[in-house]
Amino acid sequence: MTQVVLELIDIHKSFGSSKIINGVDLAIQDGERHAIIGPNGAGKSTLFNLISGLYEVSKGNIKLRGHSITNLAPHQINRLGLSRSFQVTNIFPKMSVFENIRCALLWPLKYKYSFWHHCSYRQELNQKADELLEKINMADRRDIAAGELAYAEQRALEIGVTIAGGAEVILLDEPTAGMSHSETDRAVELIRSVTEDKTLVVVEHDMGVVFNLADRISVLVYGEIIATDTPDNIRCNADVQEAYLGEEVASC
Amino acid sequence: MSNIPKKHVTNKWWAALAVWGSAILFLALLPIPFRSGFMLSMLSEIGIMIIFALSYNMLLGQGGLLSFGHAVYFGLGGFITMHALNFVNDGVLPLPLEALPLVGGLGGLFFGIVFGYVSTRRAGTPFALISLGIGELIASSSLMLPSFFGGEEGISGDRMAEITLTPFGFGQQIEVYYLIAFWVLVSTGLMYLLTQTPLGRMANAVRDNPERTPFVGYNTHIVRTIQFSLAAFFAGIAGGLFAINYEIVTAEVVGAIPSANVLMMTYIGGTGFFFGPILGAILITLMELMLSNITHAWVLYYGLMFIAMILWAPGGLASLIMMHKPLWQGRVIGGVLKAYAIMAAPVVILFLGCMILIEINYHLSLSIKPEDPMHIFGIEFYAQSIWPWLVSIVLSIGGLIFFLKSRKIVSRAWKTAGNQLKQKDSGS
Repeated sequence: MTQVVLELIDIHKSFGSSKIINGVDLAIQDGERHAIIGPNGAGKSTLFNLISGLYEVSKGNIKLRGHSITNLAPHQINRLGLSRSFQVTNIFPKMSVFENIRCALLWPLKYKYSFWHHCSYRQELNQKADELLEKINMADRRDIAAGELAYAEQRALEIGVTIAGGAEVILLDEPTAGMSHSETDRAVELIRSVTEDKTLVVVEHDMGVVFNLADRISVLVYGEIIATDTPDNIRCNADVQEAYLGEEVASC
Repeated sequence: MSNIPKKHVTNKWWAALAVWGSAILFLALLPIPFRSGFMLSMLSEIGIMIIFALSYNMLLGQGGLLSFGHAVYFGLGGFITMHALNFVNDGVLPLPLEALPLVGGLGGLFFGIVFGYVSTRRAGTPFALISLGIGELIASSSLMLPSFFGGEEGISGDRMAEITLTPFGFGQQIEVYYLIAFWVLVSTGLMYLLTQTPLGRMANAVRDNPERTPFVGYNTHIVRTIQFSLAAFFAGIAGGLFAINYEIVTAEVVGAIPSANVLMMTYIGGTGFFFGPILGAILITLMELMLSNITHAWVLYYGLMFIAMILWAPGGLASLIMMHKPLWQGRVIGGVLKAYAIMAAPVVILFLGCMILIEINYHLSLSIKPEDPMHIFGIEFYAQSIWPWLVSIVLSIGGLIFFLKSRKIVSRAWKTAGNQLKQKDSGS
């Protein structure tokens, strides 16, 4: 059996008296592509914020490769090899595309808070950043300020920043939200290629993307996971159809 | 593709060498035309302010930290340097005078680490308010700790120290000027290099988007603390030079006024470019030293300029200059410059009109005997007569009307230049 990389054990989260997450258990396997779907307000983004350390967990335990990362600071979790993207584009707008990627490489290449290395003359650093730009097809946008990119390009850069550090576990929060059909197709291709031999957890609304990309799917409704299974089984699951998918995809 | 071509790197080295070489030459030769005592004092003051403003921009421009208390580190650096100087003169501390600003810098660094750690957990309003609080704290404690701050009269020292590295005795202003010029070059070079380091790049990242930086592995608080401490270090060096230059440091130096002053000169110079604060420091120090001899209203002009910058040129002087770079490089700047020349006339008229109005009002309300005649550009007149009022109002209104019209000429010239640039781009 394959190894569990990311494990959520009975996770609860409440904001004041409102309970957003009610006892989520989830085990993500090594190398799998796992999608989390669910209606608006089900708590999908909250779940990501809990895993990545942005929010504090009210109750429960999160383990990354067996080590508890519950309520660690976001930068500590990131250093342990878990990286995430954001639903709303979250890049460094005044810095160039190249600089955005390079920033994500500094810590993994162990530069830490150095103020005695000159970035321009670190060959490995710049080479890696340029390679990554090639990988996300943005080499021709290298020196443009990230804030001036088109929306779809910013989303691609967001993914680039997320994977640049070489984290093993990648969390993508609605990577294709707001994209046209052709842009979505290209984004899916990009995600597929850059997350090869990594573990991917993705929140997504576009069912085409989900069924195309995921090995397994979890359905989150009102803060609880009602099913985790392969795409085909999820499609035919009566509970899921009732709660979320509706009739039109129910072609079993 | 991913390797930086060798030739490119060597070109960069040559460019850097040319910039720094000419800067050294420029500062070395500057006292030849400006050899009077007043000029040398002014150049010295400008040099100190350049270091101070650049260090402030490490916070505001590069780190996104709006501080209202940066003079704390400038002032403490000054006091510490002055104490060190007195220790040297007492024979307790064997340090050459040339190195004393470094003592001020280390003092600034120490307090920068302490107060930086406390205040930089968050940027924005919390940081700004804490910096204001620390500024007030130090300013008020300066009167409570007279042994360190010297009470109301401050502490003074004699810079003609026993130990020096150079043959300079530092009795003459020109020798102090060269000491300051040396530290300006060293500090500016180091501060520029800092922007190119991992810390400098992450300071920019934290400025741009502090929510995202933890997710590339960085603790925003530590990035800010280090950036803040290093800014305080350079402010301390500037303060040390201040102590040596004036041979006296008083409690006013750590107060709110110099803190506001460095903010304003940095902002006017431009926070978006490394060299921006240098322009601001030069311009504001010149205004402070020259305009204040001519008119009491200079602070008003200073304030008006600051407001005008915030409203119409938030990038400061540096961005006003740099926005012409593409036009200059594309060789299509001629039309725009012509339009500026046309605009210059109404601007001067408008300025003259407003200036006469301001000066008349200052004369009426602030001079000892308002009924005495006043002078502007050597012309003598009475503030009570109607003519100066009429002239200034006509000039102001006329200037304003033609200024608004000339703005259209300028924007048309910009459009044409932009189109020419596009054509050239697609042509090549």
